[in-house]
Amino acid sequence: MANGVVQAAGLSVPRRRRSGRRLARHKSTIAFLMALPLIALIAALVIYPALYSLHLATLNKSMERFVGLGNFAFLFKRELFWMVIKQTVIFALSAVIFKALIGFVVAHFVHNIPAKGQRKWRGMLLVPWVIPPAMSTLAWFWLFDPSYSAFNWVLTRVGLDAVPWLGEPLWARFSVILVNVWYGAPFFLIMYLAALKSVPEQLYEAAAIDGANWWQKIWYITLPMMRNIIAITVLFSLIVTFANFDIVRILTNGGPIDQTHVFATWAFQLGIEGGDLPLGACVSLFMFPILGVAAYFILRDINRRGTEA
Amino acid sequence: MSASLRKERRAALAWSYVFLVLFAVIFLTPPLYMFITSLKTSAEISSAKLPWWVFHPTLDNYSALLTSPAYLTFFRNSAVVCVAVVAITMAISIPAAFSLSRMRFWGSGALATGVFLTYLIPETLLFIPLFKIFAFVQDWTGIELMNHWWILIVIFPTLTVPFCTWIMIGYFASIPKELDEAALIDGAGYLQVLTRIFLPVALPGVIAATIFAFTVSWADFLYPMAFATSIDQMVLPAGIVSTLIKGDVFNWGQIMTAALLGAAPPLVIYAFLMDYYIAGLTAGATKG
Amino acid sequence: MAQVTLRNLVKDYDQTPAVRGIDLDIADKEFVVLVGPSGCGKTTTLRMIAGLEDITGGEILIGGDVVNDVPPKDRDIAMVFQNYALYPHMTVHENMSFGLRLKKLPKDEIRRRVAAVAGILGIGELLDRKPKQLSGGQRQRVAMGRAIVRNPKVFLFDEPLSNLDAKLRVHMRTEIKKVHQKVRTTTVYVTHDQVEAMTLADRVVVMNAGRIEQAGAPNDLYHSPATLFVAGFIGSPAMNITGCALEETAGALRVRLDGQVSFPVPAERTARYRAYAGQRGLLFGLRPEHLTEMRPHSVANQCPVEVTPEVTEPMGMETLVFFSVNGTEMCARTNPAANTQPGVRTQLLADLNHMHLIDEASGRVL
Repeated sequence: MANGVVQAAGLSVPRRRRSGRRLARHKSTIAFLMALPLIALIAALVIYPALYSLHLATLNKSMERFVGLGNFAFLFKRELFWMVIKQTVIFALSAVIFKALIGFVVAHFVHNIPAKGQRKWRGMLLVPWVIPPAMSTLAWFWLFDPSYSAFNWVLTRVGLDAVPWLGEPLWARFSVILVNVWYGAPFFLIMYLAALKSVPEQLYEAAAIDGANWWQKIWYITLPMMRNIIAITVLFSLIVTFANFDIVRILTNGGPIDQTHVFATWAFQLGIEGGDLPLGACVSLFMFPILGVAAYFILRDINRRGTEA
Repeated sequence: MSASLRKERRAALAWSYVFLVLFAVIFLTPPLYMFITSLKTSAEISSAKLPWWVFHPTLDNYSALLTSPAYLTFFRNSAVVCVAVVAITMAISIPAAFSLSRMRFWGSGALATGVFLTYLIPETLLFIPLFKIFAFVQDWTGIELMNHWWILIVIFPTLTVPFCTWIMIGYFASIPKELDEAALIDGAGYLQVLTRIFLPVALPGVIAATIFAFTVSWADFLYPMAFATSIDQMVLPAGIVSTLIKGDVFNWGQIMTAALLGAAPPLVIYAFLMDYYIAGLTAGATKG
Repeated sequence: MAQVTLRNLVKDYDQTPAVRGIDLDIADKEFVVLVGPSGCGKTTTLRMIAGLEDITGGEILIGGDVVNDVPPKDRDIAMVFQNYALYPHMTVHENMSFGLRLKKLPKDEIRRRVAAVAGILGIGELLDRKPKQLSGGQRQRVAMGRAIVRNPKVFLFDEPLSNLDAKLRVHMRTEIKKVHQKVRTTTVYVTHDQVEAMTLADRVVVMNAGRIEQAGAPNDLYHSPATLFVAGFIGSPAMNITGCALEETAGALRVRLDGQVSFPVPAERTARYRAYAGQRGLLFGLRPEHLTEMRPHSVANQCPVEVTPEVTEPMGMETLVFFSVNGTEMCARTNPAANTQPGVRTQLLADLNHMHLIDEASGRVL
């Protein structure tokens, strides 16, 4: 027994049974069945409609005839279409930039105060994100009311002119962005606050000893440490903001003179209210590029993590 | 610590509070203004004396709304839809998350990534093709899908399931593998591992996912605007926006009351379960 | 009866072999320890016995039945994990009784069995606590209790002590041995710690690179290692192993380590080693305790060797002396009273009755 050295068995020995595999196969069958409802839901109500909209976009208004890229050609000729693209891009980019900036700044303020008070402030500051946007936008609509605006009441009291919040194109564009920033900034605030808390305090102490000032600490430590979370929140928010419907629909419904339309509200107007589903589908398809870019970055990130692991 | 450093810190702290108060005022103005307006009579609103103050508080708007059949219908429709959507979402995403995080099968890795990507496909892209698809389902089967509140029970899971699955995958993945192995050896089947070990251990995740599913389906506006348009089929947000705003005669006291009551369920849930709410919010992104 | 038999057991992970054909018979009530460096396949082997890993090839028999296709829950085994894997949402009592409750045993019997096992392990006071409220040693006991209470055919331990601090580890090691003496269940125990292996096992199985190097009683392994790997792995400080030449002059054999150091081979080993005289690639092995300070000696085959110590490490009961021969660092265990000093040339005594001669190419001890 003591000298029972086992000779190299290795690969030369025939493997008698591929057993044990049956267990594994049984297990993956159960696993597949458990995920099946998810697969069915996504396939039927997300993937299929998304692909179907590609087909829909190539039909004429009554959906009887194939018109190829006719709907797109028609759109490209309309000035309003280019205006909507421009407005959507301005709307989404500026809203996301301000949401991210405000979220970053306010997260620092919350992070600065003693830990036991933070929960209370965080709770208060997240309220705009919790209220259904359709409901809070109604409040904004009322605050912007042309004759009874509570903002204008304040402005006139301090000697300024009343502002046509939703009445003039430029102000209306400003207002929809303002409301969107108000609604979305708390989300960034919460994300950045969580990220700030995950930066080890020693790094700041080490930087202070190395002679870094306040600004250098943010630039060389906070931002690099938060890079991932900033990237993912901006990406998320960009998609959601590009696709925004509620705020514009309720505040301006695209007006005045269609100057505040974004893809979603215009597609709704053309497709559902105007009864031209293919044209509406065409317009909403322009969301695909931004989705593609987002998907590219996310997949790249997942793959990179996969190879690191 | 030197005196100057302490002074500097105290100044930074003071400025932080100043700005926090400022931002809190900005962030809370619309809901507060909702509340102020909801206590006013139409007469007081149109007098426009001092919009930021209530001189003659009244609960008339509340009693009017809570006895209005239309509003109560919206509320009931919303409640039923949300409870059903939460149930369906949990029934789909919990087993799926368990399967994707633990059991694996051919293509499960790709599916997990796919779930995350579908979360990113906005409803804005889907409502028009769905509109058409519902129409031809009706042609084929004779079942009228459009313009019924219950159709929302079918569609809302597309908004909730991918995200809930995603955060449940994250919570399940954080459970040590030995825990399910111990349970398997103790004699549990996969279903028992899920119900007796994973669900209790990942309870915070389940709560966070439930909150998410509820608030999302309560707040959604686009699908109800497209698919549940007649007055007895509407749900709250869409119902308030489309029925109370009529022409130029805005009854703002009632609109604000309705909006406030419409915002109340998510706010109440948030007030009591804030930590779960925030955990769910941050889990989705940090694990993404 | 619950013997465990492994027949030509093979496991590949995506073409990478982890276990390359293992044959092992574990007798009923035997305590077998699988020991080896990380990545040697010991944990994979244990997990295959548990049914947590698919088997690529070969067979596993528990109590005479092939269990390859039997799921873990039907193998009638219990396992203690490295991180204990206690269910965090259950109390100690619920943790221990989980398996019994799944089997739908009557409540009274569950209560009785848990109480009995808790008595053996001294955790009767803790039954209502959650795992969070327990110390490392207590968790360890609960994990063992959860295994014992089910009264399985086989216990499997996967490095159960490696999360404990050094002192507690020694204590729990003794506890495990006591428990095994009480419940007498066939046990397979995996560890990378050779002291744990030596102290606990009826039989130690040394594994390396997916194969069994040697299986045997602890003392057999220590005194008669079969391979170079076992010789180097078992024992702390490790056996001194260095290249050597075997010279034959006038019928007597000498091992030569370098220009100065050479020893006569004990006469009773001459016949065993003669064939290797002059062969290249031989290694000489001698444990540190067989290299001591110079003392009056009457036993045959002990011979002095002169060295210059480089470092000395006083341990209290002994002083480790390090020097080099032939470019290899060697270690001797000397009496502190000898007061060996670094840099001062000194004589040590080598006890060649315990020498080993190893063929480097095949790794076999000759």
